[in-house]
Amino acid sequence: MSETSLITAAPGASARKRINGIDIFMWVLRCAVAAIALFGTVATLLEGRYSLAQWFDFAMFGLTLGSVYALIALGYTMVYGVLRMINFAHGDITMTGAFAGYFVATGASRSGLLAAHPILAILAIFTIAMVTCIAVALATERFAYRPFRNSPGQAPLICAIGVSFVLEQTVRGMFGSGVKSYPVTPWQDAVVTPLGMRIPVINLFVMGCAISAMVILYLIVHRTRMGMAMRAVSEDKAAASLMGVDVDRVVVFAFALGGAMAGVASVCYALIYQQVHFFMGFAPGIKAFGAAVLGGIGSIPGAMVGGMFLGLIEAVGPALFLDGLGITAPYQLRDAIGFLVLLMVLIFRPQGLFGEAMAKKRA
Amino acid sequence: MSVQQDDLDGRLSRHLRRGIVTGAGAALIAIYLGSVGLLAMMNARPVVANVLTLAQTALLAIAFLVGLLSQRTSAKDRSPVFWTAPLAGLVAGLLAAGFASLILSINLRSIFIALTPPLARLLTFGQPGISGAGLLVAGSVVAASAGALYQRLPHKVRRLIFPAALAVLLCGMFQEFIQVILQSNALFRWFAPWFYGWDGLTARGGLTIFAIALAFAALPFLVRRPGGFAGSAGSHPWRRSAPALLVLLLLLLVPIAGGPYIAQVFLLIGLYVLMGMGLNLELGLAGLLDLGFVAFFATGAYITAILTADSPLALAHYTAVPSFPFWAAMPLAVLGAVLMGILFGIPVLGVKGDYLAVATLGLGEIVRIVVQSDAAAPILGGAQGILQIPKPQIGGFQFGSAVSLFYLTLAAAIFAAYCAWRLERSRLGRAWIALREDEDVAQAMGINLVQSKLLAYAFGAAFAGLAGSIFAVMVNSVFPSSFQLLMSINVLALIVVGGLGSLSGVVLGALVLIGLPEALREFGEFRYLFYGLALILTMRLMPEGLWPAGRRRRRIVVPATGARSAQAARP
Repeated sequence: MSETSLITAAPGASARKRINGIDIFMWVLRCAVAAIALFGTVATLLEGRYSLAQWFDFAMFGLTLGSVYALIALGYTMVYGVLRMINFAHGDITMTGAFAGYFVATGASRSGLLAAHPILAILAIFTIAMVTCIAVALATERFAYRPFRNSPGQAPLICAIGVSFVLEQTVRGMFGSGVKSYPVTPWQDAVVTPLGMRIPVINLFVMGCAISAMVILYLIVHRTRMGMAMRAVSEDKAAASLMGVDVDRVVVFAFALGGAMAGVASVCYALIYQQVHFFMGFAPGIKAFGAAVLGGIGSIPGAMVGGMFLGLIEAVGPALFLDGLGITAPYQLRDAIGFLVLLMVLIFRPQGLFGEAMAKKRA
Repeated sequence: MSVQQDDLDGRLSRHLRRGIVTGAGAALIAIYLGSVGLLAMMNARPVVANVLTLAQTALLAIAFLVGLLSQRTSAKDRSPVFWTAPLAGLVAGLLAAGFASLILSINLRSIFIALTPPLARLLTFGQPGISGAGLLVAGSVVAASAGALYQRLPHKVRRLIFPAALAVLLCGMFQEFIQVILQSNALFRWFAPWFYGWDGLTARGGLTIFAIALAFAALPFLVRRPGGFAGSAGSHPWRRSAPALLVLLLLLLVPIAGGPYIAQVFLLIGLYVLMGMGLNLELGLAGLLDLGFVAFFATGAYITAILTADSPLALAHYTAVPSFPFWAAMPLAVLGAVLMGILFGIPVLGVKGDYLAVATLGLGEIVRIVVQSDAAAPILGGAQGILQIPKPQIGGFQFGSAVSLFYLTLAAAIFAAYCAWRLERSRLGRAWIALREDEDVAQAMGINLVQSKLLAYAFGAAFAGLAGSIFAVMVNSVFPSSFQLLMSINVLALIVVGGLGSLSGVVLGALVLIGLPEALREFGEFRYLFYGLALILTMRLMPEGLWPAGRRRRRIVVPATGARSAQAARP
């Protein structure tokens, strides 16, 4: 399917390209997905089962979840940018942070710190979660990924799948397989009502955390020397190394930044769902990868937009697209919608919304 | 003079550092095993009854390996000295003892659920206080020194000792499994008491097995012909196929001897072999990393269920379609899986490399979520699945027992292996391999990418569909929860461990990755930890797998032997 072969590179050649059955199939697929979404939307809106306030709630939840996806997506984007490799275990690295945060939170809740000095406690939770995620990310890089730095083919990805399982099962073995519920503080259930709309404080908090983390990250990548080195490596590893950039240090830096973002994401995710579980990192991880690709892999604003978009679609999608079609229990299909978005992106737009054509070159 | 002194100091500190670092690494591994909960579980399984448990064996083996590794020559250290081994053992022992006393003095159980006092007692060999710690340190030093001595033995002697020790370990670990087989036959029953007591391998049995295995290992040295074969192990075709024939013989006989439980285990292994051969075509030959593979297996199972089941969800119940016998449903299930494979393959034709893995994973997950949802429940039964699938029948004979179903699977697997073997050597197989090596070059060589890729998905799916069909009749029912992503990972792990692109590797991988956890039932919950580690270690230490594919080997060897024979021909 690589249309850009040397022979057909002449202008206008693509227009004369033979249309075959595969192309037709792909168009049918595209149209079918679009048609289902469109009919579903129209039917749902005509039915009018949901009020405006409900739609607002869906969207709010979507944006909150989306900001978490965006934070996780940043980890994929940065590692993919410098190494051209999917850090398959990134979702599970996020999970380790959630567990670390959970133990700090329960400790703080038992000792009364969480009630007495909530800001201090939250800061401690975030710090420990970030430190854990960074440590796990760096250890993973050192022991599982670095040996494969220059090996071609699927070896790095297969190894990353292995790392993902080792992390999950290690956490399960160490801390047990049950679902642990996060301690809840009173302010988490508080609601503000500007302009007559109910917005849970926790949503605003999560979004605020995510956006400020992303702004800091953007400044690091675009304003510091190390960030410049990172961008140089993601542009061209060999040339950067000839210019005196220490590629190893840049890779470690990228993993550390990704880990820090995962730490923030993990606490936010745990605050939204108020529970931690050893398998919790897997699905958000894969979907966040989709968000990273959607926004154009290697691009930080892209990951943000991709994450938000994915979160919105997931939160609004079941009600908007499927309810009107008379599908029973559309919420069970929420994950399927997320994966479908991932799939459509990978198939139809691997370079993302505003990414360079980099993805097409390698992937 | 002073330069020499500096050099000496440098070497000394290097040896010192090497000893300490390897020792600390070993202690970390032991601590990891302990805190994950594996050590406590291993302690329940004896290797030699009342003498040695699996946990103690593992700890000693870690110390032994540290001693061994400390004596390895490397680019950094060309002349390792002996004392690094006991030093490493000492460091490892001290750290482990510190860990044990930490467990006893601080209660960490509210966070780390496995750090219990029994674990500390286990680490100190059951002795309290300082004597236990001393025993641990002494044991570690002795084991590390033994490892160092072993490493310094001549290669021939090591090749005798290692298989013998491994044989004792296997016979001890799998004693339940072996005892079941031993009890099945009067002749076996007669000599079984020498080896096994009621609680496991006896000490005299262990020694006897060691001696027998030693003798077997020595056999090749004793009957060695002039010229030898050590350097040219691949030269006789029968010599390379002999292990495969042996495995086949074992597969044929063990389930009869072992009864229903062992037949069940082998049946499962057989199903995974079928799936492994399917994924092997996709990944091993065509290089398409498919993590949604389980969808094809599910298709086969569900089609079989819908066509044959005696339930309200069967097609026969609400349409004019008659109820199919298994033998008619199985080909349809395979056909359905092939269709699924093609439908699955078309959208991802243009997706390559890492993206393909994630895309197929997404596809597989979508299939599972849809099947599990209430939306599809009227047709596929939702989370409750489809029940009451009848067993296959020929005439009056019903494939009711696990043993008979195993032979059905074995027949299917042999047929599939033959197909896979022929495919690998066909024009299509070569096209796949070209595709794997470089897609653009393959296309330039005139290979139809679309056709070859779709055929790879179709054939892979056919094998999985066949396995799914048998799986459905094996468990009499299908549930969406049986078709998790984890199953794709299982299959991936077994072909990676066995060796990508290698048919015999698939069988070996399935025996190791599916058979082992079944034989060591209590470790079932650690199965995926084991798989993850197997994936990482295989990729790092032996990327070609346990039983590398012949074609890869040939690719490396052919130019060398060609050059040698050309040289030989010249004078």
